[in-house]
Amino acid sequence: MSSLPRRIIKETQRLMQEPVPGINAIPDENNARYFHVIVTGPTDSPFEGGIFKLELFLPEDYPMSAPKVRFITKIYHPNIDRLGRICLDVLKDKWSPALQIRTILLSIQALLSAPNPDDPLANDVAELWKVNEAEAIKNAREWTQKYAVED
Amino acid sequence: MDSDEDSFEMDSGNVSSGDDDDFAMDVMDEIPPSHERQAESDEYHYEVLTTDEIVQHQREIIDEVKGVIKLQPTVTRILLNHFKWDKEKLLEKYFDGNTDEFFRGAHVINPFNKPANTNKNKNSKANTAEECEICFSQLPSDSMAGLECGHRFCLNCWREYLTTKIVTEGLGQSISCAAHGCDILVDDVTVMKLVHDGRVRVKYQQLITNSFVECNQLLRWCPSIDCTYAIKVSYVESRPVRCKCGHKFCFVCGENWHDPVKCRWLKKWIKKCDDDSETSNWIAANTKECPKCNVTIEKDGGCNHMICKNQNCKHDFCWVCLGSWEPHGSSWYNCNRYDEDEAKAARDAQEKFRSSLARYLHYYNRYMNHMQSLKFENKLYASVKRKMEEMQQHNMSWIEVQFLKKAVDILCQCRQTLMYTYVFAYYLKKNNQSMIFEDNQKDLESATETLSEYLERDITSENLADIKQKVQDKYRYCEKRCTVLLDHVHEGYEKDWWEYLE
Ligand SMILES: [Zn+2]
Ligand SMILES: [Zn+2]
Ligand SMILES: [Zn+2]
Ligand SMILES: [Zn+2]
Ligand SMILES: [Zn+2]
Ligand SMILES: [Zn+2]
Repeated sequence: MSSLPRRIIKETQRLMQEPVPGINAIPDENNARYFHVIVTGPTDSPFEGGIFKLELFLPEDYPMSAPKVRFITKIYHPNIDRLGRICLDVLKDKWSPALQIRTILLSIQALLSAPNPDDPLANDVAELWKVNEAEAIKNAREWTQKYAVED
Repeated sequence: MDSDEDSFEMDSGNVSSGDDDDFAMDVMDEIPPSHERQAESDEYHYEVLTTDEIVQHQREIIDEVKGVIKLQPTVTRILLNHFKWDKEKLLEKYFDGNTDEFFRGAHVINPFNKPANTNKNKNSKANTAEECEICFSQLPSDSMAGLECGHRFCLNCWREYLTTKIVTEGLGQSISCAAHGCDILVDDVTVMKLVHDGRVRVKYQQLITNSFVECNQLLRWCPSIDCTYAIKVSYVESRPVRCKCGHKFCFVCGENWHDPVKCRWLKKWIKKCDDDSETSNWIAANTKECPKCNVTIEKDGGCNHMICKNQNCKHDFCWVCLGSWEPHGSSWYNCNRYDEDEAKAARDAQEKFRSSLARYLHYYNRYMNHMQSLKFENKLYASVKRKMEEMQQHNMSWIEVQFLKKAVDILCQCRQTLMYTYVFAYYLKKNNQSMIFEDNQKDLESATETLSEYLERDITSENLADIKQKVQDKYRYCEKRCTVLLDHVHEGYEKDWWEYLE
């Protein structure tokens, strides 16, 4: 593997030194481009109380291309599909090399607070979110309890 | 060499010694058929541009606008691109509106607000180190660069960023600043300053030339594969244009020239034909599933008594009502349960579907038939060329046998017109005029098929003068019928005769 760019080293250092509240990202022991991420469900959201595991990978041409991020913990959310893939503009066309792991994880946290069923990835969830929001939120709470709360 | 020249001289000698009357007539024949002549000479001017000429043309437009609004050529280019290279629209918006809004909309910093820019503040701290937000390096100010928006990154990061956008994402004119959320566009001079790799620069030039042609309404690339010419018109109209490569197409939609059908119906038709569901619909109409085991069964004869081909099933059923065969008794050819309500409803629905499908297939088959025949165009030209050579050996001059090539030209043209008449007819609602159209279509169709037969015949073995007369009469007739048909449709467009089904 090629040597780690200065950007990744520095970014990792800063991430460890000044962690973001509610977000925990730790590089893998064997692969400095792979991060184990934990995002706590934002208060006043149906994901409150949940601890969500994600994986984050910095591709070879990072930061020219966006990090790859995926939820590992099952989550009931209109912009996150069954495989945990996330529909988020900053991970796609709105990616800028001036963005960082930190800003991406903050965006994901914000997505949990404000789901956007008009730009869906999980169609059935988005559909219910639009037709019957109360029911959808109830499902999201149940999933959070079932999959994201440690015993 | 010498002998070649000799034989050439001999040939040309033949030409000049040919019958004068015949010569005149054949020259007349070289003029395009009248409907085409009309369309092409009807004051529709266009130019065929090479890539260099396109770049030159682009520069001229920029200079012209720059002369009026007195801005940098780089800014002018971005503005023009934003207005799809419509300079009138750009100038109109520039002079009648809010300038801030005008520049914001085009994703450029208003150059008249420049002094207030943060850029200046940053420049004032010359020689102090700045951190590049992309690579996190501390660098002296002269290693950093940015657009008018003031977002600065190091030269290496810019280079890498632009290269990724150009090579990986194929972006040209629409590359924005590398800062998150900043939509200010990177101008071409900045790109050329920052990117040094020759291949990337060439690719960038291609991309901006391409976006110039693609978003400029008055330009269109020739759709022919590997052709790099573009057509430039002075106003947009559905007209035939011929590229220098020989390809003739509709300027508006880029399809082969498709008179008499209009672009929008042709587009709809092509989409319909491409749509796989039509094919599967055809299968659905010609096959049924065994009501018991769901194996697909194709009806292969007149008998309605179907026996499932699945050896483990062998279910007996009626093709007409899909009911079990048993109650049908001994009526092997007729379904005597025809009037049962349930069966009737199912049949009505299927009937409706089938008749619309049959209608589609009727037009589709004729359309495809002409398209297939046109695909053999080259083969036909080759065989006619052979015949022409044979005829020249039978004491006919070069100019005397040109009528054969002419006949093929007209044949292909009639086929192409006919092909598109079926698209036109498919969407046409029946009325008195549509019936006249169908008669014209029928006439042209049969004349064209006769001409086609003549050309496939063994011409040399017959009386040459005779066959020449026959072929010429026939292609003149075809040409006339083609003109009559097209004129009638055009008249209908003018007088609003045509009503459409969808
Ligand atoms: Zn940098
Ligand atoms: Zn910017
Ligand atoms: Zn061409
Ligand atoms: Zn067209
Ligand atoms: Zn069966
Ligand atoms: Zn029956």
